[in-house]
Amino acid sequence: MKPAPFTYVRPNDLQEAIAHLRASNGMAKVLAGGQSLVPLLNLRLTQPELIVDISRIAELSIIEEDENSLLIGACVSHAAFEDGIVPDVAGGLLQRVGAAIGYRAIRNLGTIGGSMAHADPAAEWPVLLVALDAVIGYRNPDGRQEVSASEFILGPFTTVLQDNEILVDIRIARLSLSAKSGFYKTCRKSGEFADSLAVIVIDPERPLPRVVLGATNDRPLLLATTGNVVASLDAWSPAAEHAVREAVTADLETAFPSLDPYGGQIHRVTVVRAVREALSS
Amino acid sequence: MSQVKLTINGREVSTDVEPRLSLADFLRDHIGLTGTHLGCEHGVCGACTVLLNGKPVRSCISLTVSCENMEVRTIEGFDDDAVMAVLRNAFSEEHGVQCGFCTPGVLISARDIVTRLPNLPRQRLREELSGNLCRCTGYAGILRAIEVAMEELKIGGGAK
Repeated sequence: MKPAPFTYVRPNDLQEAIAHLRASNGMAKVLAGGQSLVPLLNLRLTQPELIVDISRIAELSIIEEDENSLLIGACVSHAAFEDGIVPDVAGGLLQRVGAAIGYRAIRNLGTIGGSMAHADPAAEWPVLLVALDAVIGYRNPDGRQEVSASEFILGPFTTVLQDNEILVDIRIARLSLSAKSGFYKTCRKSGEFADSLAVIVIDPERPLPRVVLGATNDRPLLLATTGNVVASLDAWSPAAEHAVREAVTADLETAFPSLDPYGGQIHRVTVVRAVREALSS
Repeated sequence: MSQVKLTINGREVSTDVEPRLSLADFLRDHIGLTGTHLGCEHGVCGACTVLLNGKPVRSCISLTVSCENMEVRTIEGFDDDAVMAVLRNAFSEEHGVQCGFCTPGVLISARDIVTRLPNLPRQRLREELSGNLCRCTGYAGILRAIEVAMEELKIGGGAK
């Protein structure tokens, strides 16, 4: 349970960090809070030659709010969301989801950018940020790039980031005052990774409700059929529940034709509970 | 080897370490502070919990080199701490300790909980403590001890 040997650098700015990544020819790993990376190092599931610690780079800890959106540096901790230090432009969702990640000792060091860049399918931030249609900013030797959260994640533990690129910030557009939302996480023990995870955002000022499912064997999945059904519902009722269940089943069958009944049931119940919360509020 | 300077229980330490050395192994094997226990070594069990700049973290998944200029407080560093004194006493009175392996991490998490969330109902307390595993399954005594300590700290106005 000890990592294989590596070299460690703690650059002062992004330019220096990217130079280190470029020089390492793909044999480097970026360290933010380390709450996923260091366990993987301990288990020797990853054996980089170089660790580039970006946790002290000042511009990665920014929290900026304007009337339309929130800009958060990649190295802002989960605990900063939990404690309400980050202005919640999503009507309480950021705080709730931040507080649902792992344990307090993990949340004190773990970061939103690290979670996004790691892209664990069972992690909370990727699902929420896809539901909120957040914009991910990253830097490479050529400059700054931006991509939507749903385009950023390509699959389990896989993102658009290349070896010489670093996620720098996340922009979340403010939800309108009439927006409704729901969040449900299914796991057997509090603090565990999710068996299923769903976030729903219904904002009348946005085109369609976004229902996003996580903890599958794919990237966060936008449930299009369910979103359309939810758009036609005003309130929660037995008929609404039936319609949502049918829609989730249809979405799951399209996305995962060979999903086992247990997995299907867990995901269905999780999405239904998230939608129920949104429509009951 | 990398040079690192940090403060451990109020004492400044400056030394060379291998970058791969975890804070937990550094504390135990290099500094001799064996009160920090290692269970799972991948962030699940909570036995290695210490305070880093006043906040609980897992020392098994923190690299020593990344703690440069930070303050570490281990279970050995609470001799003069009023809140920890109340907790220690409550753990003793309420049978919050069985084999003692998880106890250093549990106490450090408990101190964080009672200071950060002083009015926590039992269900939320169970959730807050879910990051510390007790393989004796002595949770009933641990929860009781923290609740007793919470009450005492309230009566004593936060510290005695």
